[in-house]
Amino acid sequence: MVGITSYGAYIPLHRLSREEFFRAWGGLALPGERAVANFDEDSVTMATEAAIDCMKGIDPKTVDGLFFATTTSPYREKQCSTIISVALDLGREIRTADFTGSLRAGTIAIASAMDAINAGAAKSIMITAADLRLGAPAGDFEQALGDGGAALLLGEKGVIATIEGSYSISDDFSGVWRSDADTFVRTWEDRMVLDEGYSAVLPEAISGLMKKYNLAPGDFAKVVYDAPTDIRRHPRVAGGLKFDAAQLQDSLFMTVGNTGAALAMMMLVAALEEAKPGDRILFASYGNGADAFVLQVTPEIEKVRDRRGIKNHLASKRVLANYETYVRWRGLITLEAARRPDRSPTSIAGLWRDRRIILGLWGVKCKVCGTPQYAQGAGLGGSTPLRVCVNCQAKDQFEDYRFTDKKAEIFTFTQDNLADTVDPPATITVVDFEGGGRAVFDMTDRDPAEVKVGMPVEMTFRKLYFDRGVHNYFWKTRPLRC
Amino acid sequence: MAESIKNKVAIVGMGCTKFGELWDKSASDLIVEAAYEAYEDAGIEPKDVQAAWFGTLYEFSGMAGLGLTVPLRLQYKPVTRVENMCATGSDALRNACYAVAAGVYDIVLALGVEKLKDQGISGLGMGAFASTGVSPTITAPGMFAMMATKYFARYGLSPDEGKRMLALIPVRSHHNGALNPKAHYQREITIEQVLAAPIVAWPLGIFDCCGMSDGSAAAIVVRAEDAKKFRPDPVYVKALQMCVGPGEGQISTDYDYTHVEETYRAGLAAYAEAGITDPRKEVSMAEVHDCFSITEATIMEDLQFSPRGRVKEDLEAGTFTLEGDLPVQPDGGLKCFGHPIGASGLRMMYEMYLQLQGKAGPRQIKNPQLGLTHNMGGQPSSCTVSCLIVGL
Repeated sequence: MVGITSYGAYIPLHRLSREEFFRAWGGLALPGERAVANFDEDSVTMATEAAIDCMKGIDPKTVDGLFFATTTSPYREKQCSTIISVALDLGREIRTADFTGSLRAGTIAIASAMDAINAGAAKSIMITAADLRLGAPAGDFEQALGDGGAALLLGEKGVIATIEGSYSISDDFSGVWRSDADTFVRTWEDRMVLDEGYSAVLPEAISGLMKKYNLAPGDFAKVVYDAPTDIRRHPRVAGGLKFDAAQLQDSLFMTVGNTGAALAMMMLVAALEEAKPGDRILFASYGNGADAFVLQVTPEIEKVRDRRGIKNHLASKRVLANYETYVRWRGLITLEAARRPDRSPTSIAGLWRDRRIILGLWGVKCKVCGTPQYAQGAGLGGSTPLRVCVNCQAKDQFEDYRFTDKKAEIFTFTQDNLADTVDPPATITVVDFEGGGRAVFDMTDRDPAEVKVGMPVEMTFRKLYFDRGVHNYFWKTRPLRC
Repeated sequence: MAESIKNKVAIVGMGCTKFGELWDKSASDLIVEAAYEAYEDAGIEPKDVQAAWFGTLYEFSGMAGLGLTVPLRLQYKPVTRVENMCATGSDALRNACYAVAAGVYDIVLALGVEKLKDQGISGLGMGAFASTGVSPTITAPGMFAMMATKYFARYGLSPDEGKRMLALIPVRSHHNGALNPKAHYQREITIEQVLAAPIVAWPLGIFDCCGMSDGSAAAIVVRAEDAKKFRPDPVYVKALQMCVGPGEGQISTDYDYTHVEETYRAGLAAYAEAGITDPRKEVSMAEVHDCFSITEATIMEDLQFSPRGRVKEDLEAGTFTLEGDLPVQPDGGLKCFGHPIGASGLRMMYEMYLQLQGKAGPRQIKNPQLGLTHNMGGQPSSCTVSCLIVGL
């Protein structure tokens, strides 16, 4: 039977106390803190990080589909699941799709993956969801939203939680929305939005599911569904359906915030982290309708306990000093431009040729002398691809060598104040990889004061810059996360 | 059988503009000033120039041979534009020398120019590389700062000790620059000012970084046997060496980031060509590529002026001051004379030329015999280095 075979999650390192919004704007401070993506993160990078966590120990060649779910795709026209698939080193003969537009894009993708696997069209599909929604400054959404991602691998072998059944409702309602011209989330009068939307449709889907499969609230160890930005409505749905408070999965509101299309999946990952074999979980998500699933945890769950998931990512955090940093990272105000020359236009041909080098951090290993090496672009005096060995000068005697999962150590570094970056100084690291190979990368999620020669680092997938319509993704170093 | 360039060609005229933020001058102004000063110094007319090599890094300073012929209205001559990053000026001169040595020209011009200050930016642009642009967000100071970080770590210097050692370099350069009316910066500074300056790219502060300047410099090159027809004190070329690395430093874990292999090898080759066996004793003076203080520090070791890891002792002993055993940057160097990229290599040669002729005024070194210029383009891990030696 089809089910979840692995899970992963991603929460940005940085958190902002909601007191900071109050300090900036006055009004009402909501309790707790929210996760804030670094300036170099977006839905694609966070979904990639979650997927990497989910892929731990899994051969990429066994995955034959990748679905990316978000309401904040960086592109209107261009698939992003393909970007993620190259970063994950999935093959070419796979199904890729971006599920967007709805806050339940994640569960829509899960249902679609489930159907594809049940139909025999695919064996193993990754669903990775992330969102980075913006609330307008001084509003409730700005405080309530959070950034993060989660990934689930669906398949039929090694299932950690079987999907016993599902039930979906479609419901057209512009309760919370963004038009193609909107930067910030819009909403209608909140009581109407919640009374006729979330608080009506989600219970309808959950009770419909229980009726369809003849299940009662007491049959579930956990009930996992996303919370609206008005957090009080979350437990009311459970109470109305006669679930105990203890059955209700925490909404992550106090620690992460509402992560949009990723929230339900992140909550499910948190639930699976605590689940025992035999537990039955009710999993649902709301957004222009609702999806609900019955999950049954299997003994295989013990094999995926090493994920960073929600718990480890939550524990690994740095609190942002102030609201101004958030505004700066999100580009919500225009800062004085660095007095530096404009970038050269990005060559789409170059990006295409180097897609595995850039997105997959693929290097080569010389078959003659065994030296692993990574080619860097011309901006650093390098050239791609590597044709002649840097060590023995053998020509075209290479095998592919992947650096994404290699730990590395800082050989030398600088804190560059001249460089044009959203978060100065630009911390630049020369790193030597375990097993060989050296390259130069920006370092992210760092406290400049902690960076030292010899410091261990790991690779993280980030957005390098946006220029003339092109989002340029690349890898950076960061301190070991968790 | 390949032969040495030693004593085959000579420089009989040089010109150099004042360097600086020359807001009221264009690249054309600078080219004309440097070229005509060189013509006059050599005692030749523009029509005597048979061929030219024109050095610029940036297209806004001049592209192709036309960048030179149009401002000078040079009449239908062969002109090659030379670009080799920050080592462009030396390479223009090198090519000019080889053409004369080949016997195909009698009188040629090498001229370098850069009009950096028309860009309105801080620091140096990274060049319009045709590429994906997907590479770290680093600047030139950052690239060299990483060498300082590693040098401190390798030799056990605390950041304060390391910065204090490096500070001796710009303090010396500012002293020399203050004696040079053509220098961009002509004010003395103190170690305390260097240490208190804002950080550009840690650990390098503002005074660890060279000037970004406008300027031009030019040389007239003739066959050695003809040289004395032009002037009694020509300067003879003893070595013209260049070393371009394979760019392995940022790829290979073998590179130590505390030296520049290209400098070491260019130095070895230049010493061999000039017949120098003890550089520290035989080289009278040097103008080296002090784009950053750490660059000069490591060049002293790579050129074998100081033992590896021990340049600190020579810096503290004043070895490289005007009064020291081996004066370095007598004109203030890139730090204070300034660094209009395409002109810098020729500017270095201009100072060696003046010093050898005894025309360096208050900064004159006593009785110099051999002068060395070291001109570097790129970054420590991946660069081109020219090492030229001239003498009487």
